[in-house]
Amino acid sequence: MTGHILQSLSSREMALGPFDTGERPFQPEKGGAWKHWHLRRDDQDIAWLLLDKEEAGANVLSADVLEELDSVVSELEDNAPKALVLRSVKATGFCMGADISEFEALESEDDVIDKLSRAHAVTDRFEALPFKKIALIHGHCLGGGLELALCCDYRLAIAGAKLGFPEVQLGLHPGLGGTDRFTRLVDPLEAMTMMLTGKNAHDSKARKLGLVDDVIQERHAEAAVAAAVRGDLKHHGNGIRERLLATRPARQFEVRQMRNKTYSKAPPDHYPAPKALIDLWERHGGHGKSMRKAEIKSFAHLLNTPASRNLVRVFFLREKMKHETRADAEPVRHVHVVGAGEMGGDIAGWCAFQGLRVSLFDMEADKIANAVGKLTALCEKKHRSKAETRTILDNLVPDFENQGASHADLVIEAVPESTEIKHKVYADVEPRLKDDAILATNTSSIPLENLQEGLKAPERLVGLHFFNPVASMPLVEVVRHGAISETTYDRARAFTGQIDRLPATVRTAPGFLVNRALTPYLVEAMILLDEGVQAETIDAVAEDFGMPMGPIELADQVGLDICLSVSDMLRDRLDTNMPDAPEWLRSLVEDGKLGRKTGEGLYTWDDGKADKKDKRSAAPKDALDRLLLPMLNACMTCIREGVVADEDIADGAMIFGTGFAPFRGGPMKYAHDRGFADIRETLAQLAEQYGERFRPDTGWDG
Amino acid sequence: MTQSVTPGESPTHTGTANHPRRVYIVDGARTPFIKARGQPGPFTPVDLAVQCGRPLLLRQPMPADAFDQVILGCVNVLPEEMNPARIAALRLGMGEAMTAFTVQINCGSGMQSIDTAYKYIRDGDSDLILAGGAEALSKAPMMLTEDAARWLAGLNAASSPQDYARQLAQFNPMQFKPEISLAKGLTDPIVGLSMGQTAEVLAQQFNITRQAADEYAVSSHQRLARAQESGWLDGEVTPAIAPDGTLYQQDDGVRPDTSVDALAKLKPAFEPPYGQVTPGNSSQVTDGASWVILASEEAVEKYGLEPLAVIRDSEWSALDPKIMGLGPTLSSTAILKRQKSGLNDIDLWEINEAFAAQVLACTAAWEDPEFCQVALGLDTPMGRLDPERLNVDGGAVAIGHPVGTSGNRIVLHLVNALRRKKLKRGIATECIGGGQSGAMLLETV
Repeated sequence: MTGHILQSLSSREMALGPFDTGERPFQPEKGGAWKHWHLRRDDQDIAWLLLDKEEAGANVLSADVLEELDSVVSELEDNAPKALVLRSVKATGFCMGADISEFEALESEDDVIDKLSRAHAVTDRFEALPFKKIALIHGHCLGGGLELALCCDYRLAIAGAKLGFPEVQLGLHPGLGGTDRFTRLVDPLEAMTMMLTGKNAHDSKARKLGLVDDVIQERHAEAAVAAAVRGDLKHHGNGIRERLLATRPARQFEVRQMRNKTYSKAPPDHYPAPKALIDLWERHGGHGKSMRKAEIKSFAHLLNTPASRNLVRVFFLREKMKHETRADAEPVRHVHVVGAGEMGGDIAGWCAFQGLRVSLFDMEADKIANAVGKLTALCEKKHRSKAETRTILDNLVPDFENQGASHADLVIEAVPESTEIKHKVYADVEPRLKDDAILATNTSSIPLENLQEGLKAPERLVGLHFFNPVASMPLVEVVRHGAISETTYDRARAFTGQIDRLPATVRTAPGFLVNRALTPYLVEAMILLDEGVQAETIDAVAEDFGMPMGPIELADQVGLDICLSVSDMLRDRLDTNMPDAPEWLRSLVEDGKLGRKTGEGLYTWDDGKADKKDKRSAAPKDALDRLLLPMLNACMTCIREGVVADEDIADGAMIFGTGFAPFRGGPMKYAHDRGFADIRETLAQLAEQYGERFRPDTGWDG
Repeated sequence: MTQSVTPGESPTHTGTANHPRRVYIVDGARTPFIKARGQPGPFTPVDLAVQCGRPLLLRQPMPADAFDQVILGCVNVLPEEMNPARIAALRLGMGEAMTAFTVQINCGSGMQSIDTAYKYIRDGDSDLILAGGAEALSKAPMMLTEDAARWLAGLNAASSPQDYARQLAQFNPMQFKPEISLAKGLTDPIVGLSMGQTAEVLAQQFNITRQAADEYAVSSHQRLARAQESGWLDGEVTPAIAPDGTLYQQDDGVRPDTSVDALAKLKPAFEPPYGQVTPGNSSQVTDGASWVILASEEAVEKYGLEPLAVIRDSEWSALDPKIMGLGPTLSSTAILKRQKSGLNDIDLWEINEAFAAQVLACTAAWEDPEFCQVALGLDTPMGRLDPERLNVDGGAVAIGHPVGTSGNRIVLHLVNALRRKKLKRGIATECIGGGQSGAMLLETV
């Protein structure tokens, strides 16, 4: 509920101490000493320090923000107040962390060490200021932002605050004293878990940990600050465990388990950061200064590893794709989904989960019911409260009579892959659409040229191709075609942003990008199976490369029926010399052994998990290249033919749509690292040995 | 104490309109009625109202916030859902500016909401109202006895460990025998009789045999089963889906295969061993919700709605709680008198089946000269109501009786049945625990 009356009153809530002039939003005073910081004292001699990074929607600790903080600290040293309140005035939260765009300019380890040491000097001085410092934290408080907050004596979280150290996702660990201050403030094992997983702690979780001292409502911020200044606020500090773990042998004992757990998910060869973080704590845990010094060195080293450089690239790919969602378009309020099968049901559920009103139609009521059950399970998995779950479920409106089409801003068709069935749906739906509504298809294989035939207004048709499982695959291919209007295209892109998905804009072509690149990889895996290589072995080759799951398991996950129909379609439409699908694959599909969804496919599945044998045979030496290079080759063809705009989009789509090893930066980045010439030559050799399906694309000649 | 105004007479209210306006029923939908099976069901009253409200609103041409207000009948309001009407309106996406209130007149609540809406529109105060009923009898809360509540309060208020210990020592486990609020709610506090006992009273007074009641019950099941199979409830009953994905597609208390012989084996539930009212010839304890949409002429035109029926008249009456089951004869006879009509001038009747014996007592009462004279002020009896006009698609014995919902359901179903059979006039009426009754005259358009 955010009606206009409440909305207009909400801006009154933020506590600004002596800066409160009644004016909202906060207007920084002109001609202050600093651009990003504002400092003023109230009549109790409590200073309020506001962080408001100039011309930015969110606060980040960029070099100039830290430089100015240095001068703020000097001012506070010269002229100490009774206490200090530190807060952000941005709606987005306290601070998002370091300015990642500055990382690229740091070329050598020495550069990094130099820069970080200066930043440490500022925060160390801030921490040493001889009065109570209270961080007032709302919204996001991440990475470097949290490290700054850790230099305060008290942290007060406004309800809804999210605190965390996401550095590990960039192949790094905290680098502004966080590894030391956090592990000394709270139970070090809990702190390590948080830094190793990169997961956020929401308000009450953070309080339980002891990361914040209290969780309050914004309207009580000033009263809570006064209590902290008086000394009435108790620390939820650290107990016995910290002292026990102050000795190295004790830490070594704990670290063994930590390593086992971490390495099974993030092998150090692929992801060096977790290992570095564990090493750091094992050697220096609890020893403030020496740990912080070692942290700088370790961070500088990590920043220059290929894994980190690639993960930072992935961060920017995400930003680039997010930017695509900022199209100037009327937001979608009501989505109507036709077809409550696996994809349609999950798409509808995801939209409802993201707060949109969704009507879901299917001829079979039990399919709609199934979608509702799955949405409840998703809410549980994502720890939604009872009330939140109820609201999300209310958003998903079962539609037994296909009535939603006339109310919707967006209709998503997700019926079986048959041009005829889809045309029937359009003929029924199109006449009832609102004037400005758009019509999307979730087809994974039928070219939009064929689908738009017979539409009265083909300009409203767009492809929105989701990936399975919808709730964990962030990618949506937004498919253009000859007749699409810019309004439709913009609204579709903006919609992907509304539901927190990343759009990869592609031109209509068989299989678009992802399926076209993925299919040769899956087909080659089938051929290897045919040659007698064990399924587990094939999967292990891909997993060792860094894929989240191997191709055999992936085929089962996607559904063998879908894999087969996509590969048949691609074989028909493309001149790629793709070999026929093996007969036994067709029989499996005919027998209804479709993979995970039926409990049996290439593996048997139990409770959503493939039953894999531990014993594995050795893989053929060229197995990885045989699997991987056809995928790269298809990406290159798509780029050359303009199916995707550039290498970035191809890499982003493969990472966010298929989970392609993120630490390798994407298929095209991997090809660059290995060298185009090497790719071309290896493909040529494979073509000679195994056939034309490996023929290198001319794009590698470049 | 009549609340109704006969069309044509000058209205006694102080409305804004000089002349009563026509009030249409334009659509309606309900959930399947789900039998309570000894444990709380998956839906609260508001959940149920949301389940059938969403598809109903989805099929309207106007947006959900076009309504003027929402009125919902609900008897057993859950503590976490005070004013269920407002919660339902918000959860249905009708907008934060939607006013909504809940009405409670026991088994008449779902009709009271329609009648109140009718009068708002008739008098020119509103144009479009969503009026419903919702009840989850399976969730009727367990209550602590007052003694237990007092003991707990004492414990909380204990000011010292000694005091606390003293309170603890007074613990008596019998205090914590829960009181089932449903059992309490279905017992009349004035005359001390359960609702089933009031049906026993009527059966004796009007010579309704066990056999006749069981035969009536069997017919109710058969009629409902036929309606379900023939698709006559399509659109009226919309499937409900529980959070765990369980699909409820139709009223699940129906037993098409039951027989008089089978029912004869059941033991009297309320007055054993000599009584005759059994679970088999009583309405079923169920969860369910129902909505109808009422619209003025202006609203019909503005949104291009299709009127199904117009509300012609309504009436509320009251009598001794001990014979509450006879109420329908009072309120519907009042309407018939104003309309100068006889029982069989009305094409279809919905008399809510609280108990088979109670419905049969009503029809017997209309044939009873003494009752007609004393209770209805008639010199000659009303006569025999043609059973083929009464509850043609079964009633609460087969469908169930979620108390706050039933009055709404019978109005909605009456509209649909009249239209299906291409008939004109119908009366929906129900007896109300506590000794009241409501009736409403509808005419298809």
